[in-house]
This record gives sequence, structure tokens and C-alpha cells, in this order.
Amino acid sequence: MAQKITDEIIEYVGILAQLEIQGQEKEQIRKDMEQILDYVDRLNQLDTEGIEPMSHVFPVTNVFREDKVENKDQRDHMLANAPASKDGAFQVPRTIE
Amino acid sequence: MRPEELLSMTALELGKKIQAGEVTAVEAAQAALDHMDKVDGTIGAFVYTDREKTLDQAVKVQKDIERGTLTGPFAGVPYGVKDNICTRGMRTTCCSKILDGFVPPYSAEAEERMRKAGAVLLGKTNMDEFAMGSTTETSCYGPAKNPWNPDHVPGGSSGGSCGAVAAGEAFFALGSDTGGSIRQPASFCGVTGLKPTYGTVSRYGLIAYGSSLDQIGPIARDVSDCAALLGLLAGRDPKDATSIDREDKEFTSCLTGDVKGMRIGIPSDYLGEGLDSEIRDRIFQAADALRDRGAVVEEFSLGMVEYAVPSYYIIASAEASSNLSRFDGVKYGYRTKEYEGIHEMYKKTRSEGFGTEVKRRIMLGTFALSSGYYDAYYLKALKVKAMIKEAFDRAFQSWDVILGPVAPTTAPRIGESLKDPLKMYLGDIYTVSVNLAGLPALSVPWGRDHKGLPIGVQFIGNCFQEKAVLQAGFALEKAAGDPAKPAGIQKEEA
Amino acid sequence: MKREYETVIGLEVHVELATKTKIFCSCSTQFGGAPNTHTCPVCTGMPGSLPVLNKQVVEYALAVGLAANCQINQYCKFDRKNYFYPDNPQNYQISQLYLPICHDGWVEIETGEGKKKIGIHEIHMEEDAGKLVHDEWEECSFVDYNRSGVPLIEIVSEPDMRNAQEVIAYLEKLRLMIQYLGASDCKLQEGSMRADVNLSVREKGSSSFGTRTEMKNLNSFKAIARAIEGERQRQIDLLEEGKQVIQETRRWDDNKETSKAMRSKEDAKDYRYFPDPDLPPVSISDQWIENVKARQPEMKEEKMERYQREYQLSSYDADLLTNSKHMADLFEETAALTKKPKEAANWLMVEGMRLLKEYSMEPEKITFSAENLAKLIILVDNGTVTRTVAKEVFEKIFSENIDPQVYVEEKGLTSVNDEEALFGEIQKVVNENPQSVKDYLGGKEKAMGFLVGQTMRAMKGKADPAAVNRILKEILSGVKEIV
Repeated sequence: MAQKITDEIIEYVGILAQLEIQGQEKEQIRKDMEQILDYVDRLNQLDTEGIEPMSHVFPVTNVFREDKVENKDQRDHMLANAPASKDGAFQVPRTIE
Repeated sequence: MRPEELLSMTALELGKKIQAGEVTAVEAAQAALDHMDKVDGTIGAFVYTDREKTLDQAVKVQKDIERGTLTGPFAGVPYGVKDNICTRGMRTTCCSKILDGFVPPYSAEAEERMRKAGAVLLGKTNMDEFAMGSTTETSCYGPAKNPWNPDHVPGGSSGGSCGAVAAGEAFFALGSDTGGSIRQPASFCGVTGLKPTYGTVSRYGLIAYGSSLDQIGPIARDVSDCAALLGLLAGRDPKDATSIDREDKEFTSCLTGDVKGMRIGIPSDYLGEGLDSEIRDRIFQAADALRDRGAVVEEFSLGMVEYAVPSYYIIASAEASSNLSRFDGVKYGYRTKEYEGIHEMYKKTRSEGFGTEVKRRIMLGTFALSSGYYDAYYLKALKVKAMIKEAFDRAFQSWDVILGPVAPTTAPRIGESLKDPLKMYLGDIYTVSVNLAGLPALSVPWGRDHKGLPIGVQFIGNCFQEKAVLQAGFALEKAAGDPAKPAGIQKEEA
Repeated sequence: MKREYETVIGLEVHVELATKTKIFCSCSTQFGGAPNTHTCPVCTGMPGSLPVLNKQVVEYALAVGLAANCQINQYCKFDRKNYFYPDNPQNYQISQLYLPICHDGWVEIETGEGKKKIGIHEIHMEEDAGKLVHDEWEECSFVDYNRSGVPLIEIVSEPDMRNAQEVIAYLEKLRLMIQYLGASDCKLQEGSMRADVNLSVREKGSSSFGTRTEMKNLNSFKAIARAIEGERQRQIDLLEEGKQVIQETRRWDDNKETSKAMRSKEDAKDYRYFPDPDLPPVSISDQWIENVKARQPEMKEEKMERYQREYQLSSYDADLLTNSKHMADLFEETAALTKKPKEAANWLMVEGMRLLKEYSMEPEKITFSAENLAKLIILVDNGTVTRTVAKEVFEKIFSENIDPQVYVEEKGLTSVNDEEALFGEIQKVVNENPQSVKDYLGGKEKAMGFLVGQTMRAMKGKADPAAVNRILKEILSGVKEIV
């Protein structure tokens, strides 16, 4: 029953999460994930047929904002923490060839 | 006033003396900073302070107090803020390398409210990286220690906030609680910590871990402080769509010491295997003390208890995997030194910037949401969450408040917990269900174990029933006699 | 024998909504600001920031959904779509997967074979991404988050279209409908309307679908038509060679008229959608739906019908005028101001259309006001200016939105009604053109037109042609007598 965490899963999940996990850390995380998922399997003891998944704990709906411009130019603040920026923009490695 | 005398006051006591002109905000800040200099090398509660800034703010606040424009109970009272709560112009890093050097250009709404109330910010407190942990050992700045015994952890993830209050470095602190992160360290450090009903305190500016579970709450020396602080923090914030308007923000009038007729239930499923017998005994003694004060206290079966931890870890990790994807080296914080192309930059930045515990939860959460596993793990966990909420709804038809332990043990020794993550996760068994159901809960100090480490008990209330929880907590505090003095101060006196 | 193929096309159309602010923060959506000047902690994904939904986005999405005959999910939610890319500051896009606001609708298009219904699978609300600009010299790109968080609706059609003509007709239909609703200006070139084409081919008569590809980067109707033809042919060639079509996203290069697969190992296409815990669900009451319905403006079809009935316009004119919301508005305002709908229609249809063509402009881009056109019509009507002069003035109105009254006065363009002056001028023309006079007297009626033209030219168009005709005839009859 327990979910096996294969190398392929670690690699695949790593691509999705943009994490490179190798060596000892990989073995550790694999072992921990398997152990935790094994424990999580006890949820299968519960019959959840017909139960609505609860994403929001309170039945609050329709929390809106009016369509009114309130923000002024805050560019300098937004860029102040950027590891690299130039001419008012965030700088990143080239995204297309 | 002697610094020891000043430092052993509660926040409200100090605030009163400041308003009365017996102490100035500057003297209070000075005393706290001096004391911090003495003890924090051992405790490691603070990760960032700025003496000059703090004193400048104290001077300003004192002027406003004298001018009569700041009359609130916390004006001039020095406090600490957990490092995952944004403070404008002051470093905020979640104790993670990935947010290295991040100085937010905005403040969290909660922090803004404290600032407006005239409280004086001492600095940022230590925590588990991104609030993921129960020991404050995964901080990139090194672990915080338990003021009662520095060989032990202060608990986590708000270990720095609780440690600072326990050590007398701060009169109160803001923490955050996603699965017990206020209540458990409060219990380990012998201070009082409140996790409000979900939506009561704005999450704007709280760096998200599990957005559906996170709440900011106060940590202080006693229940009265927590109740008064909640009154300041609670309220709808247009910047947080999940924040809820609380009409009645007066939480102190319920603090009478009387619990006559209050129906308090103890889940017998909280008292079984895994719970330290010393703590179990203290729960029974708490029940007796509350009965003495007129409450009806009985055991009952809550149900679903063993399913809380697994569903919590799936939901919290899944949300975290998404919440933490914004840390990528583009907009702020750490960026790896050498990289070729955007994806290598992402991967290296994130792999180097996050610690192992955070990576483990991101991997777990990503997996739980990934194609083919979503239904089996994430959706299943959301359904179980609904069942846990139902179990509480049923319980609150019969009980005004639920009484139970906060954690199965007192503070473990440093280095003991991280070896076995599953065991560490299981330590959250009494706290996580409260977050899943969005309930308010309070951790109140209630004696110490044979090692001299504090024991806390937990009061859980129905949604929006903070008053009931505070009322019960206050009654127990009265039964305990004077709340314990800060550990750090006691040591000095000894 | 050669196999016959059928093309099956479905569209994903993104439309930027015309709100003043972004979908989750109160930053301006205005186009063209300097990089990152319309940003805040929310739309740059700063830690601790939270989204709050702009109500107007829901209003617009509802309006479009109702106009497209959709069912409304009266309880709808936002989900996070997780993927890493620097134009996406949170590395997740807030969108709707599980409970989109609208579903199961349709619009009707005209095809060669008559009317056809194109099914709408769903319409959902989401946020736009920022813009990446690539450095010419260095190995780097720059991110501008001004567009990040601009509200979009994505309209997903059923695979109901069979050729480029139907696709264009469908897009035109959507564009007009949304423009009429005021929900977006729908400009393909500027990216406020973007279409991704899902296309597959199958043997004619087959009931199952072939493997489809998704084509992106289509910036004009022409590019869409070319891309459809190109992709159809590429897929058929593959099948004819016995190869398989791979399900993939392709990027169209309109200059080279070819497409290229957009694939990489990092592009796992596993978006891990889950309900966004930061945003409470939206619940749409019957009353809300009724209110939106009640506010729906008159759409093209109704307008066309009314123009014919109310203003006695031909169906051709009514169709052309209503092909642009802006044109229709101009027409109606001008007609109301002048009480001369025919004149208003004429100016817009003849001179207006001519100039649009000349400048290759979209009617949406017309900048002149109905007031100025109305003034011009009145100036013509009361004889202040001649039609010839008026055409010249209209060009000025069209290009610079001048006030015709002021302009005519300043330039001295009012028509000349002074009989004496006119007489003298005509006499001069007659004297200068003896051959034409001779021709006329010899029975060549055409020569009369030449002399009128010469007079008008000499008068710079300011003369009343009727008066010129009358006086000219008078003078020429005199000449006849003398001869």
C-alpha cells in the first residue's frame, strides 16, 4: 500500500518544484517522504464518500475590492530587493535562445 | 525603578506605569535592550535588532505619550516580532538563507497596528525556517534555546518569540501559528500564547506557509496581556480577503476568574498513548482547579484525532509548495552565484537557499498535488479536514471549551527531534486539528515537570469564541497563583 | 486514391478586461507606462502580499458569459496554476479550473453555408503575466510587471470550427460582442485579445478526433489564417508520410510562416491546480445575474434591425455602421444632435470609410467627436458651406477633430452668395474659355459642366453650385443672342 518514492519521482517532483536534490539529502528526503506518506495512508481508513472537500474553513464568499486606482508608482521600492535589475526592470538570465 | 523590577512586569503593568509617568518608554526600551545584551547570546531569541532604531522609536513614542496623543495600554511597551512578519525597513527573512537581506517596503497589518498603538519594536525573533518545525532548530541563524534550560529547545516555530518573552527580553511578541507554532513553544517556555480564530488577525504581510491555516497571534506573560493584544490585532483588513470583521473586539471583560457553569470537555482521545504521564496528571489537576471555580469538567470522545496530523501535513505542505515557489532569485533575496539559463538559476538558488526541512515539505507538497496523486492525497486530506471540523462542531454542541495538552512532552533536548521528522510531526497531534478547523486556542503555563521544564495546557474554543477560551485560561492562571516570572530574571536573582 | 481530410479547430481566446485596476490589486491597468511603474507588492509577488478580487472583473465576465448564452456557475472559485517562469512573479497564476464562472454557451456565426453555432466550453477569469524583454547584446532578459495581474477572461470554444473563415468569423463575433459590452477593446495587435488555436485533422467522415496541437503567438487575423493553413498542411503531410502528430504547443512565426514546437524538459505541464486559499469563493445570486442582464447593452443584431426600422437605413449601411461599436455610437450621437440620421450615416459611410481605408485604420481608433460632425452637417444644411468645402473640412475633423465652425470662419470658407461677385467671376471664366463656350453653343452639353467646374475651382469650392449653374446659363444665353 505504501507509496514508493522512486528516483524518477524525486526527479520529476524536483523539476516541478525547481529543486535539485542529490546524494545524501536525496536519500534522506526519499526515506522521510516514504515514511510520512506511509503514515498518511491511514487516511484511507476513513470513508470519505460524499464528503465535500473543504478548501475554505468558513463559508465566506464575495470579498471584493472596488475598481479604483489607489497605488502610485512604487517602482523603486519594488526593485530595491532585486538581486539584479537594470533600467527599472528585474534582470534574469535570457529566457529564449 | 530597578531594571529587574521593570523587566518582571507584564506588558499591561508596564504600559500603565508608562502612562502614569513612573517609567518612560525610553527607560523600558533601554532595560529590555540591556537585558537582551546579557542573555540573548545564550538564548538566541532575536535574529535582528537595531538598538538605535529602537531607542529612536521609544523617544518618539514617549513624546507622544507626554503630548497625550498615545494613551493606549501598550504605548511604550517593547516587543519582538517573529521573522516571518514583515516589518517595513527592517530585515524580514523567515530565518531562511533564501530571503537573505530582504527588507520589505511594507509592514504586516498586525505589525502596523502595534506600531500605531505605540509599542516599541525591539527586533525580529528567531524561528524555524519558514515556520516549518517544532523546535526553532532549522533557523539559518542557528537554534534558539529554552530560557528555562538552554540544553533544551524552546519549541517552535515561534521559539524566538516565546523565548524572548520567557527570558524577559521582550514584554510580549507576535508569533504565527500554522499547526501549533504559537501554542507549543509558549507551552515549552512557560508563557501564554493565543492562536485566534482563522481570519481574526489579518495575514497581510505574514509570509505564508499554509495560507488556509496561518494565523498571527500574541505571546505574552499572562492571559490578560494576550486578551488586550487580541483586541488590538483583531479586525477586518481590506488587504486580506480571508480576514473577518469581529464586531466585538473587547476581550478583557471576560477575565473574571469565574468559570461558574462553564462546560469544559477533555477529549479522552487526547489522553491516551504517547502523552507524557506528568502532563496527563497536570491536565487532571487543571480539571480539578477549574471545577473548584465552578466549571463542569468531563471527559468525552472527540474523534478523528489520529487523522489530524496526516491531513495537516498534506494540506500544509501542498500550500507551502505553492507559496514558496515565489522564492526564485528573481525579485528579492538570495540568488545563486553561477548559473546558465533561467532554470539552472531557479534550481541552484532554491536548492542552496532552502534548508532540508523546507525542501522536504516542498517535495512532499508538490508530490501531493501532482498529476495522478492529487485525489489520493490532497483531495482526501481536504475531505478529512471537513470531517475534523464536523467532529469539533459536534463537540461544541456539548462543551463551551475543550481542555487538553498542548504537546505530548515538555521541551526535548536540542538535536533530539530533527533525527526523526515523523516523530516530530506527531508531536503536533494536539495542536494541528485546531488550525484545520480554524478554531481559537490558548496555551497557558501550568506548572513544571520534574526537570523543571514548563508544562502548558491548551484551551480550544469554537469559532469566534476567544472569550470563552480566555475566560477559562484566566481562571486557571488565577488558580496557579502568580504567573511565573521570566526565567532569565529569576536566574539573575538566584 | 488521395485521402480527404477535415480540419477540426477549437479556440482559446484571452481577452484583457477594460477595468481601471488589476484583478487582485489597485494598480492601474493603463497601457504603456515605464517598466514596473504600475506595480505593488501584490502584482510583483512580494512575500506576505495577498490578492483581493476586483468586483468589476466578475461583472465583465458575467456580462460576456450571458451574452454568449452561457450557464453561470453561481458558486465559483479561483485556483492556482503552478509553473515557474519569470513573467509570473509568484510562480503560480491565479486562474479557474474546477469551477469556472461560465460554461456551456454558444455564439452564432455566418458561414458560406449559412448560420452556424459555435459552442463555448467555458469562460474563466485569470490574471495576465508580466512582459519579458530580451537584451540585444547581453545574455539576459528584463522583466516588467506592469501587465502582471491585468484581468483576463479566457473563452474556450468547443472544437466546432472547420476552417480559417469560420475561425475569423467566430473571433469577429466575439470581438464585436465584447466591444459592445464595453468589457474590452479587443485589439489583437496590442494583445488585448489573443487567440490560441487548437487544431487537429481527421479523415473526412471519421467521428473521432485526431491528435491536436496548440498554436500560440498569433497577432492578427491574417496570421491566424496562415497558421491554420500551415498547421493543417503540416499535420496532413505527417499523416501521409505515415507519421504521427504529437500533442504539443507550437509557436507560430508569421514572418517565416512556419511554427516550432515549444518543448523543454522543464516544461512538465503538470500545473498542480488547487483552490487558492487566499481568495474566498464567489457566489453569484439570481438577482446579480438579473441585474447584469438588465444592464446588457443593445447588441449588433438588435442595433442593425433598429437602424433599418427607425432611420430607414439600408441593411448594408446598418451592417457596416454596427460593425464597430464606436462607429455605431458616433452615428447615433450625430443623428441625435442633427436629427438627420441619413446625413450622419452618409458622412460616416462614404467619407469616413474612405479615410479609414486610406489610413488603414480600425474604426475603433476614430478620435473625432459626434459634436463636430454634427456641426458640419448643420453648416452644410443651412448653406454656410458647400458640400465641396465640407468634404475638405471633414478631413480636418477626421484627422484633428477640429471645430468646423471655428475652422470655416478662420479660413474664410463660407460659401459665396454674393450674386454680383459670382457674376463677375463667371463672366471671367466665360471670357477665358471661348472654345468651351463655342462647344456649348454648338450643342455640346458637356461643355457646360466644364465651365461650372472652372468656376467652382476659381471660387475654391465656396460657390453654391446651383447658383453657378443658373448664372452661367444666364450669361451663355446672352452670348447666344449676341452671336
